[in-house]
Amino acid sequence: MIEFRSISKTFPDGTTAVDDFSLQLPSHQTTVFVGSSGCGKTTLLRMINRMVDASSGELEIDGENISTIEPVKLRRRIGYVMQNSGLLPHRRVIDNIATVPRLNGVPKKEAHARALELMDTVGLDRSMAERYPAQLSGGQQQRVGVARGLAVDPNILLMDEPFGAVDPIVRADLQQELLRLQRELDKTVVFVTHDIDEAFLLGDQVVILEKGARIAQKGSPEEILANPASDFVASFIGADRGKRALSIREVDGSSILVDGDGNVAGALTEEGTA
Amino acid sequence: MTWVWENLDLIGRLSLEHLRLSAIPILLGFVLAVPLGWVAYRYRLTRGLVLTVVGLLYTIPSLALFVALPPLLGIPYTSELNVVIALTIYAVAIMARSIADALASVDLDIKQAATAVGYSPWRRFWAVEFPLAGPVVLAGVRVVAVSTVSLLTIGVVIGIDTLGYLFTNGYQRGILAEVLSGVVVTVLIALLIDRILVALGRALMPWTRATATAPTVQQGAAS
Repeated sequence: MIEFRSISKTFPDGTTAVDDFSLQLPSHQTTVFVGSSGCGKTTLLRMINRMVDASSGELEIDGENISTIEPVKLRRRIGYVMQNSGLLPHRRVIDNIATVPRLNGVPKKEAHARALELMDTVGLDRSMAERYPAQLSGGQQQRVGVARGLAVDPNILLMDEPFGAVDPIVRADLQQELLRLQRELDKTVVFVTHDIDEAFLLGDQVVILEKGARIAQKGSPEEILANPASDFVASFIGADRGKRALSIREVDGSSILVDGDGNVAGALTEEGTA
Repeated sequence: MTWVWENLDLIGRLSLEHLRLSAIPILLGFVLAVPLGWVAYRYRLTRGLVLTVVGLLYTIPSLALFVALPPLLGIPYTSELNVVIALTIYAVAIMARSIADALASVDLDIKQAATAVGYSPWRRFWAVEFPLAGPVVLAGVRVVAVSTVSLLTIGVVIGIDTLGYLFTNGYQRGILAEVLSGVVVTVLIALLIDRILVALGRALMPWTRATATAPTVQQGAAS
């Protein structure tokens, strides 16, 4: 479990990115931080691997205060996946995936064998192992980024808008892939996005943030949709409009669902299997 | 042309000497410029200082440097060391700036990514930043290499036998072929060193070529 306790962060220029933030992130679940840009969600994420150190408050991983752990050591046991993949352009795919095990001193042969297995895990053809990142498509690069994040089999996987820079079709693909991976690997995932649909799709716990990383609402997607805590949340999740504002219309004895724009969204079935 | 054939020995000896005396300042300058360039790149305070000082060093005329160095360092005027040190100073002056610029050109995202996955600062510099700065660094080294080879000919005025000897000797004796062969061989040596550097760059930075031939075909299975 990851626990934030009264964490604040003020940058040297005086801006307060995080103001008295407390939250528990359960193990083996996906917690999504979602909010507009500048709300402090990325700062929160980067505190977990000490890319950013808190100005005050305590952050614990499984009961261990991370300020006592040497940052480089801490980072090598936490997976990190970022936007634009963050791959090293001068390293081949296989070396990129093997980066962290190699830093930890795992022999090259062993690290490469594991990297090839990870390519299978994330759905990359092994024939790409010898390529450089620039020779891959955006979606493939993100897969390599995920494989690298998983290379030391970390308990925790941090994902900073990992699918933000790929086109919608590839993004949907990658999201499904992540759901599959999470079912298989059962990691503690912390995911940052500004896309509420992505947050609802991937999150067990969704945390909607306002400026200063103030928690506007947290809960499961169902809880948040059923009962938005404030107008801010309602407007952020779009509960009052578009494809989330579904209403029932009776047509020839059947119940048809119509969205906020007046478009037919589907039919209401008895079982309500959704 | 007959002069050339009759003096191949001399040209050969001077060429080797020229090559040796060029290589030392290029290598030495590179080794010294890396930490200086890093300091200039890393700290805003030292950036101005370092770049101003190396900039000023480069404006000192070479003859003045040949005259000023020996009393400062306590070495004889006609010592080989005098030329080597002077040319090293010029090499550092050019390369420190280009290395600082090269390091600054590395994508911030990649540096952050390297830190995020667990590179220590020292390791990140040598394994990520410096290699990625490589193409720009190489461009700087190539400029230094050519300028060193050409500047070295001036060494002859303080009695160091380089290809510059062919200029002064040929001029004094009125042998045009000797002067011309000096020019041609100097250019050839500059080209040779440049080609070696380019080949070295290709061998050490294979990814720079891979980028150019990136296959754009997407595979359905792995988007």
